[in-house]
Amino acid sequence: MSSNLIEVKNLKKYFQTPRGNVHAVDDVSMVLKQGETMGVVGESGCGKSTLGRTLIRLLDSTDGSILFDGEDITHISGKKNLRQLREKAQIIFQDPYSSLNPRMTVEQTLKEPLILTKRYTKVEINERVEDLMQLIGIDNRVRMSYPHELDGGRRQRVGIGRALALGPKFIVCDEPVSALDVSIQAQILNLLMDLQDKQGLTYMFITHDMSVVRHISTNISVMYLGQLVETSPTKALFEEPLHPYTQALLSAIPTTDLGGQPKRIMLEGELTSPIDPKPGCRFRRRCPYATQACKEPQQLRELMPGHFVSCCRAGELEHRHGKHHGSHKHHSTA
Amino acid sequence: MADTKNTFLEVKDLVVQYTSAGEVIHAVNGISLQLERGQTLALVGETGAGKTTIGKSIMRILPDRSASIKSGSIFLEGQDLLQLSEIDMRKVRGARISMVFQDPMTALNPTMKIGNQISEVIKIHNEVSKAEAKKQAISILELVGITAERYDAYPHQFSGGMKQRVIVAMALACSPELLLADEPTTALDVTIQAQILEMIYALRDKSKMAMILITHDLGIVAQAADTLAVIYAGEILEYGTKEAIFKDPSHPYTMGLFKAIPNLTSDSRRLANIEGLPPDPTVLPAGCCFHPRCPYAQEECRSIKPELEVISPGHDCRCTRSSEIKQEVANVF
Repeated sequence: MSSNLIEVKNLKKYFQTPRGNVHAVDDVSMVLKQGETMGVVGESGCGKSTLGRTLIRLLDSTDGSILFDGEDITHISGKKNLRQLREKAQIIFQDPYSSLNPRMTVEQTLKEPLILTKRYTKVEINERVEDLMQLIGIDNRVRMSYPHELDGGRRQRVGIGRALALGPKFIVCDEPVSALDVSIQAQILNLLMDLQDKQGLTYMFITHDMSVVRHISTNISVMYLGQLVETSPTKALFEEPLHPYTQALLSAIPTTDLGGQPKRIMLEGELTSPIDPKPGCRFRRRCPYATQACKEPQQLRELMPGHFVSCCRAGELEHRHGKHHGSHKHHSTA
Repeated sequence: MADTKNTFLEVKDLVVQYTSAGEVIHAVNGISLQLERGQTLALVGETGAGKTTIGKSIMRILPDRSASIKSGSIFLEGQDLLQLSEIDMRKVRGARISMVFQDPMTALNPTMKIGNQISEVIKIHNEVSKAEAKKQAISILELVGITAERYDAYPHQFSGGMKQRVIVAMALACSPELLLADEPTTALDVTIQAQILEMIYALRDKSKMAMILITHDLGIVAQAADTLAVIYAGEILEYGTKEAIFKDPSHPYTMGLFKAIPNLTSDSRRLANIEGLPPDPTVLPAGCCFHPRCPYAQEECRSIKPELEVISPGHDCRCTRSSEIKQEVANVF
């Protein structure tokens, strides 16, 4: 077992709006192990990006604590301390076009973080940039190119290179391949996995694409309206999703299997508002199994080793799930 | 592929070019397609392959200033849409053919109530009274799962999924015979995507509507399509029934596409990717347009342009080496 790199406890991030507090991240606890990838999935607006950004202190948390490599980083402040954290924890954004400075060449973008540390000589910086470009698979001939001259895949490579410049331990990948075509998407996913193998990186991989997340993640956390509803090793989650929302999410993925799409679980009903939500399960208005008990606050329970779910009915629902996924080839009986 | 005389929609040798800053962009280079009533044809390919341009050519909504249809014809029940006057085309557009666009955030008029945006379409095409148009608009909104009391809401009051429902409702308002759905669910979450697609399938099956589905999601193609065309650099590389292509992908590009998708069932860690990038549409490569990225390319592929050839009934492929390559691939495993 590898050691814990990040421990998040009861993390909350609320945004104030005129209509009340948006509970973007509400009482989320999770552990990220060194060298592994935690996939975070959920619908847009469920708080997955906010979680990633709060974790590396791009946003300040409302409550809770974040341990990074044994150090409590929840309230560190000051330029010096935050810069030290940025050397260890980085982020790659979805849209490399808007996250790269349009007035900086590839070389300048990659140099910037190195210059800011004031630790390297010019020669060292140039060497490091060359290494980086080789690492991310960018030709030397585009060294002086601006972002608009590059295609989406290359731009994303530059975004990855910038994140890697100072040799971080942890990278939040916020939908890094969502804007790319499948053939390019595969190139970038392979690059991210190669880098992980070479440098022992830990990733938090935020996406709404279930097949991508299954491919790259060691563990997966499913979020719904700011809350963690299920977290589990990847294989177990796909074989035995326990939360009704996860079941619906997995059944909604279009498969390329001509033989038969497993039966869809269609969700009805309106979304609950994330503004000052009432206690209780936030999924209950769309949940086909909701009962009175679902109006009570839900707790994460470990139903199988490493497999946690926040649904008071999860244990009894396993059999129903079996019925829904009877034709599903991943299904195995518990 | 089919007898052309009674074909519902037939696109023949379509060539479309854009001009930008003095350069000619070869967007569509000789595309031919057929589609029957009640059938769904999927156009699959990467960004810039020309899928949307084909859709817009059929609708005749290409930007006049920069785009031009160089040659080809588009027959809807024998009538060439490209020969129609703009006035006649308006009667076809929205009534017989309509289009759903990718981005629900920008396809609606932000200053108009959503109900009025739908009743406007009905009023223009069906010459009915305002009250009657409103009644029909409400019933079509209910069909897509939006209640009558939201008739007076503005687009900003809707979520992305709800806006896309409004757009689908608008496209279906006049019961079109042909629906062009351009990435109708790309901007949406999977659970919402499933709802919208189910709704489109139900409406298609109810009214025998024909559909051209533009997508890059092979999962959606597997669910929805009868036939599919794999488009690359403005050309069809492979064309046929869904079963034929999914069971026996024959063009190296199609094979690559299938392998590049992270599979929900496979356990291999590395994804097979297609090296390189799609060609620059201003200077297309000589010979086969895919040869610069093709791992099987030989000398002839660089100079001689392959034809789209029938390799089995209902399955065409534009690759001279297809059967050899399949043999090679089979030997490796």
